[in-house]
Amino acid sequence: MAFSLFGTKLGMTRVFGEGGASTPVTVIQVGPCVVTQVRTVENDGYAAVQIGFDDMKPRNATFPVIGHDAKAGCGPKRHHAEFKVAADKMAEFSVGQTLNVDAFKDQKYVDVIGISKGKGFAGTMKRHGFKGMCASHGTERKHRSPGSIGSLCSNRGYGGGLKKGKKMSGHMGAERVTIRSLDVVKVDAEQGIILVKGPVPGPNTGTVMIRNSVRLSRSKNKKMAEAGK
Amino acid sequence: MPKNAVAIIEGINKSVLKTDVPKMSIGDTVNVHFRIIEGEKERVQVFQGVLISRTGRGVNEMLTVRRIVEEMGVERIFPLNSPRVAKYEVVRQGDARRAKLYYLRDRIGKSRRLRDRRRGLKDAAQTTSAA
Repeated sequence: MAFSLFGTKLGMTRVFGEGGASTPVTVIQVGPCVVTQVRTVENDGYAAVQIGFDDMKPRNATFPVIGHDAKAGCGPKRHHAEFKVAADKMAEFSVGQTLNVDAFKDQKYVDVIGISKGKGFAGTMKRHGFKGMCASHGTERKHRSPGSIGSLCSNRGYGGGLKKGKKMSGHMGAERVTIRSLDVVKVDAEQGIILVKGPVPGPNTGTVMIRNSVRLSRSKNKKMAEAGK
Repeated sequence: MPKNAVAIIEGINKSVLKTDVPKMSIGDTVNVHFRIIEGEKERVQVFQGVLISRTGRGVNEMLTVRRIVEEMGVERIFPLNSPRVAKYEVVRQGDARRAKLYYLRDRIGKSRRLRDRRRGLKDAAQTTSAA
């Protein structure tokens, strides 16, 4: 994991850029995240920083969490996460330090990780984008069905069964989703918010994680290369 | 959820929302002064037509303006708050009995004209004269 912080998705709106182009943006309130632990090569075998986010009542927290976060001089936090840090940059972090949206000021692109909205038990059309069946031509009561799932060994399964992972109906959503290479439209340090272009997984009020973009999509990599020239 | 979430988003929208938009009703004939950027030059093109629909709220509000060019109907949809629109003007107030005038698309000739609005204006005139 690269440098990352927790945030809260507030909602979406639109902004107009230069020349009047409209951009859809998601507003995310970032942090404040507290450094709850600094892991070093001597102690832990790797160099990393652990952050905590979102206060919770001590009554609802466990004693280990209360004790752990008390070392950083703060109350118990609901979410914790670690990101690796190069050994020479460890000096920038200390236990108890507060990290906020300023850290993304110079970033052109970020990745956003969230828990997507749950869709319940979904059919193959919604879940995998199957086309379903004909509206007419004699189709009865099977307009959204997946059709044939293959004969006994046609799908290269074992023992006459289907291969594991065959696309079928089932539970959809409510899973961790990473959206890579989102454009940073604006960083407002005063309010602690960041505007990123386009949608972000999860409901409004959901907790998301924002990190420095680790692997840009091809088109954005190209853009960065051109800008570098 | 931070309690000020709505306030934060409204704050962002505030910088986008226009404050100098005149009162435009459905059926009015309006002039939309649209900025066109050609290379380095910028000029203003005026699109005059009947306002047949307003959709969306706040920053997402859209106007649909219909005009007839050489016997062909042309409709343009403008984001109300777009900085590309320099100015709106109401040229004529038309009498419309519904919120969406899509039926004008099926009309030909004189029947696609709207009467001048009289309803409601009389009361407005009285109150202003009384004041």
